[in-house]
Amino acid sequence: MSSEPQNGQCITGSRLEKVLRAGHFAVCGEMGPPQSANTDLIRKKSAYFRGVVDAVNLTDNQTAVVRMSSIASAHIALDEGLEPVIQMTCRDRNRIALQSDLLGAHALGIRNVLCLSGDHQSMGNHPQARGVYDLDSIQLVRAARQLRDEAKFVCGEETKTPPALFIAAAANPFGDPFEARVHRLAKKIAAGADFIQTQAIYDLPRFARFMELVRAQGLHEKAFILAGVLPVKSARSLLFMKNDVAGMSIPDELIERMQGAEDPAKEGVKVAVELIQQLRAIEGVAGVHVMPAMWEQVMPEIAEAAGLLPRPEVA
Amino acid sequence: MIVAHRKPMEEILRSLEGISRLVVCGCNSCVAVCHSGGENEVQILAAQIRIARQQSGQPVEVEELVLERNCEPEFIEMARPAVERTEAMLNVSCGVGVNQVAEAYAPYRVIPGLNTTFYGAHVGGGVFEERCGGCGDCVLDRTGGICPVIRCAKSILNGPCGGSQNGKCEISKETDCAWQLIWDRLNAQGRLARYLEIEPVKDWRPATAGGPRRLVQEVLLNDE
Repeated sequence: MSSEPQNGQCITGSRLEKVLRAGHFAVCGEMGPPQSANTDLIRKKSAYFRGVVDAVNLTDNQTAVVRMSSIASAHIALDEGLEPVIQMTCRDRNRIALQSDLLGAHALGIRNVLCLSGDHQSMGNHPQARGVYDLDSIQLVRAARQLRDEAKFVCGEETKTPPALFIAAAANPFGDPFEARVHRLAKKIAAGADFIQTQAIYDLPRFARFMELVRAQGLHEKAFILAGVLPVKSARSLLFMKNDVAGMSIPDELIERMQGAEDPAKEGVKVAVELIQQLRAIEGVAGVHVMPAMWEQVMPEIAEAAGLLPRPEVA
Repeated sequence: MIVAHRKPMEEILRSLEGISRLVVCGCNSCVAVCHSGGENEVQILAAQIRIARQQSGQPVEVEELVLERNCEPEFIEMARPAVERTEAMLNVSCGVGVNQVAEAYAPYRVIPGLNTTFYGAHVGGGVFEERCGGCGDCVLDRTGGICPVIRCAKSILNGPCGGSQNGKCEISKETDCAWQLIWDRLNAQGRLARYLEIEPVKDWRPATAGGPRRLVQEVLLNDE
């Protein structure tokens, strides 16, 4: 069921798909929708990504905190001239709502979706909520793929106008058990993921080992792998991730480097740029997914310094 | 077994307001094993209620009773004399028992004294832990005997999610990652090939059919 990543024919009309299939090193950004119904924030943040990335993810109630919906936010971003990637978690919607939203996303002009299980509701601002988890992320990937390619819902019934979405899944090379990770990635690709966005990478040796296993299975030839980069302004952010975010690996040297920096924000940009360049050199990495959480304005500076500009024009 | 634990005393006392003749009824089955509603717990709870009501100037007469099981008519019938002497029953069996006893003696009041929580087992050190979600379509053959439906916080059938670290779940460092356990078990069984198979979308109907779930046993139908 997996697609040919290189030089294959584009199926979805996604700009990101065109960039990747043309063999360009792709750049994705990410922004979090507001905890309000105000559209200004997304319009403002959009300016930091326009012309700087090929596509931008709109998170889906990340860390289980209520925010404007990913699809509504993506629609605003689209209006601002960006190519959105909606994130879709299995935490809040059952198979009926998930498929309904895939139809709706396509109808609004959205062409990319990242399928996730989602942070558990106990981590957010409504820990009393009942989690749904009707499907898991792999099952959602398969459902989105079947809907697109076979025009069939999970139940087997057909639709006349299927949503043509370029489908992503996440991979965390730093989760445990380590040996299971590449096999789970293989499952996601077998289920139909066209591209992969990884968890934020700080531990390059471990990621390099992961990519060796990926190449040994030829997975980089079956899906485009975009390596995750999360720029930070301070050592405190790294410490928080190290201690309080499950499935992160952050080298102590990096924390020390940020602690010793005269201008930590400037150092943070340097770190991100170095990471991007080192990731780019790893065989099988087709692009980067930059997540400047709460620091979107830094995106142009990082893209420029990392030599990612200008972004390619694709027809 | 069905695991339950006692409601807070304050809530129990509030639910007993205005009642002056009461029977506390325990169960010698699951809730006795998890030390929530057996003979000892009935004695202690009855004494606590008497003392609290005495102290608040509203004394109550409390009888004590333990049924072998609160979920079967033959045993429920044994409560009849106590029911006839009292205004209400504080039932410290599971929710099934409360339903069955309340139905048998309606409109007599049966008040729950426990919160019924899960199907589980004693895993050591006085800790009882959930082991089965009663989903009605068992997957344990594919997961090395470890239930992802209930032991994984997200009920993921193709795990582990990205939040698994050092064998623990993202929701708490106290919680084992079910998928780490499954991976290790399948590995020990030489069955990692099983892991690579994508578990299809689950049919949740046996878990959550509208209204009460039912089981019809032909053999019992023929008996009647």
